Amino acid sequence: MILVRLLAVLAVFACIAPTRAAELPGDSVYRLPVALADQDGRAFHLADRAGKPQLVSMFYTSCQYMCPLIIESLKRTQKAIAPDGQAKPAVLMVSFDAQRDVPTHLKAVFGQRKLDAATWTLAHTDAASVRQLAAVLDIQYRALPDGEFNHTSIMILLDAQGRIAARTEKMDGLDADFVATARKAFAQSALN
Amino acid sequence: MRILLALALLSATGSLPAAEYASLPGGRFASVLPADTKTADIVVAPFTLRREPVTNAQFLAFVKTHPQWQRGKVASIFAESRYLAHWQSATVLGADASPDQPVTQVSWFAAQAFCASENARLPSWNEWEFAAAADATRADARSDPAWRERILNWYSRPSNAAVARVGGVSNFYGVRDLHGLVWEWVDDFNALLVASDSRDQNDPDRLKFCGAGALNLRDRDNYAVLMRVAMLSALKAADTTVNLGFRCARPTASGNTP
Repeated sequence: MILVRLLAVLAVFACIAPTRAAELPGDSVYRLPVALADQDGRAFHLADRAGKPQLVSMFYTSCQYMCPLIIESLKRTQKAIAPDGQAKPAVLMVSFDAQRDVPTHLKAVFGQRKLDAATWTLAHTDAASVRQLAAVLDIQYRALPDGEFNHTSIMILLDAQGRIAARTEKMDGLDADFVATARKAFAQSALN
Repeated sequence: MRILLALALLSATGSLPAAEYASLPGGRFASVLPADTKTADIVVAPFTLRREPVTNAQFLAFVKTHPQWQRGKVASIFAESRYLAHWQSATVLGADASPDQPVTQVSWFAAQAFCASENARLPSWNEWEFAAAADATRADARSDPAWRERILNWYSRPSNAAVARVGGVSNFYGVRDLHGLVWEWVDDFNALLVASDSRDQNDPDRLKFCGAGALNLRDRDNYAVLMRVAMLSALKAADTTVNLGFRCARPTASGNTP
């Protein structure tokens, strides 16, 4: 009898939980509950980014060689998608380094790389969420004993609902197919 | 607080006995995937590991209490369409899935959720490899050709043969069925960066790897273990296969999560 009542309590809690996530398509990355903090320490959820397409990648700030390349590549791609005068697509980079890449760290790199505050977000999340986010984005990474990370370098286009619309590993120059797909996605979202 | 109490009561009234975990001491270990990608040993913290892989019966009990993980309800980003496809229905095992077979056709996300439901997590690759290095009498039997031979014999069996039931011989640590039954998910399956021959060499435009580059495999003739690495590194988190199951692990009270 007590059990029945407790089950009822549980059922009530279970009904409160569903949020916007249920309205997203089944293959949306935004289905994954991830709590993040940006370079200014502002808390947000991954699903808060729904509504417009965006570019997403993963990195870590102490990376000397590859990660600056990824950032430059994202800048170049951003510009190619939205030529002068047009609104630039948003860029989200999430760090692999849950231990060191706290918001103050991210803020410093934000300044060093002269990132556009209107469109760029560098984000921190906890280690378990890093593993899950990398899993839904199909990005591989591994922490090394010296504090570095091995990782695959990938730029991803998420559509307005968080589905992976395109991905590229090309970090020098521009991936023309990726840019073409992204232009279409942003043009379409501007109409909606 | 009330929810916690209710959950405790629910698990106490469940028909299945709680899963048994074996204690493993951890320590320095020569992984086939060296810590620094070259030669360094890794250090495994003390941990406990499920003695047996999760069975169909246990996973069925889980999806009944966690309906969001039932076939047909789970979002495709977390489990592809073949998820639990061998069961008769979302909540009935049926003729093709016996209760004491290891559950297979489960995604990494589903395996993670199951382990969380018994206050555990998936083992790391290094934890799994540490436990699986043992045979019945030795903590590390990997250099024994007979050990390798037995495992390779299992790999050579056709993959469409029915999966056996859990309950093989206990190894040195009291853990069963690490070899010879199913492949198993590990928590860091997407950390096993291995340079496939095509990635780095054929296309210099694609600077795929940051840091020190892809892993350098040690002990290259240990195919018995390297087959696992190759299989796991090829998977995506939503993938399921007919021979892929899992077991769970917990850090011991004194040990840290690796």
